[in-house]
Amino acid sequence: MTKVDPRLESTHWQPGPAGLPRALHGIHPDRALSLAEHRDLHGPMALMRADDLIAVTGQAGLHGHGGAGFPTATKLQAVAAGRRSPVVVANGSEGEPASSKDEVLLTRTPHLVLDGLVLAATALRAREAIVAIERTRPHALEAVAVAVAERAAAGDDPIAIRIVPVPGRYVAGEESALVHLINGGDAKPTAVPPRPFERGVGGRPTLIQNVETLAHLALIGRHGPEWFRSIGTTEEPGSALLSFGGAVSRPSVFEVALGTRFESIVAAAGGESEPVSAYLLGGYFGTWVRREDLWGRHLTKNDLAPLGASLGAGVIVALPKAVCGLVETARVMQYLAEETAGQCGPCVHGLASVSDRVNAIARTQTTPKMRDDLDRWSAMIERRGACKLPDGAVRFLRSALVAFADEITEHQHGRCQATHREPLLPIPHAGRDWGWR
Amino acid sequence: MSERLRLDPIRCDAHGVCAELFPEGISLDDWGYPILRAGPIPADLLEHARRAVFACPALALKLVDDR
Repeated sequence: MTKVDPRLESTHWQPGPAGLPRALHGIHPDRALSLAEHRDLHGPMALMRADDLIAVTGQAGLHGHGGAGFPTATKLQAVAAGRRSPVVVANGSEGEPASSKDEVLLTRTPHLVLDGLVLAATALRAREAIVAIERTRPHALEAVAVAVAERAAAGDDPIAIRIVPVPGRYVAGEESALVHLINGGDAKPTAVPPRPFERGVGGRPTLIQNVETLAHLALIGRHGPEWFRSIGTTEEPGSALLSFGGAVSRPSVFEVALGTRFESIVAAAGGESEPVSAYLLGGYFGTWVRREDLWGRHLTKNDLAPLGASLGAGVIVALPKAVCGLVETARVMQYLAEETAGQCGPCVHGLASVSDRVNAIARTQTTPKMRDDLDRWSAMIERRGACKLPDGAVRFLRSALVAFADEITEHQHGRCQATHREPLLPIPHAGRDWGWR
Repeated sequence: MSERLRLDPIRCDAHGVCAELFPEGISLDDWGYPILRAGPIPADLLEHARRAVFACPALALKLVDDR
């Protein structure tokens, strides 16, 4: 672990909230905290030198909350090592339809996110600070526009903040796609390398951090790494926002300590509202896990890894027994196939082929050969795109083939046990954004 | 120093020339797109790999140092 610079030992960290929530501390249910309210609640903003920020972030053990879970200090270090002054981007392009935690942060506590952005940007002596927000989430765009104006009027920030609206496409928030969009192109992933931390916006080293990650960074900057580590586990300290949906009494966004038992998380969402067969973890890039496999486990990488699962960007959906998991999987596979950027053959053709087969299986018009096609094509598609869309789709599909193995057998005999036909998982339909810039 | 092939999947347009010129290292998937064999290219096959790289109409194939 990185040692904190001795000069920081003398730093007087501000006392922070003792328990949860942290990032969602003091928010209003229906409006954003103003700059004045935010400062009253969280205290003055912290600014740091790059070395100190990297050391403190490393000691806190902060990892990214956008889905990949990459160590934030390593990313900061990589951008700081560049020769040109960098660009810092707060990534709020929440393309995952089942996720709304970034939108909750941006609409309820935008200044915490912007504090994290300004902290990172000033430490790295950035040329530019940008907030990228999905344009299909107008409330988030509006709240951040108001917040940026408040900060400009207060004149406290050493750097100006620019808002970039992002097309509401599934892959538009991918780092290289975001860079391409900001550079004036389509929000489509580009071939890497070079990676954005080497050459990104305007050819400059570019730090792209999920907005929740920046909110945690803003809190670490105020309260220090020890405070950050006071909840969560030794290996995975801190808290995370979850977007919990499906068959629970209170589907909502809330904050939990990492390492919390799964049952406690379900209880925090109000408990199961009807019998549940499986949970979707990590959104449409994630995995279906049978309820009985999940019970008793904790929300940690170690506990979830044997299930092939991870928390991803914090999406959890409870699938009722009355709903067919294969129908839900087919809906998502079709959505993912439609969300291809149309650039890489194995993604364009592979996802379309897979989606056709899954649809046939879901409609009980299936043969055993169709099931074999899925295995063969999954192996053929994996790791063959410029971005991770094909890999994520394959992971999602494979988990469905395991979790719903019994249902597949039933469907092969022309039977489906589902009694409830209303779609469960959110898929954008009316007014769906098909644009790329 | 050994070399390996790298494909830019965005540029690739499934012409299939590469698989014809270098079948030892490149096969085609069900949709006609190349699948590269993993790992460094044996020295005696390097000439064929090079020919495949130069023949790609989309300039999607490259030889890179195997690191």
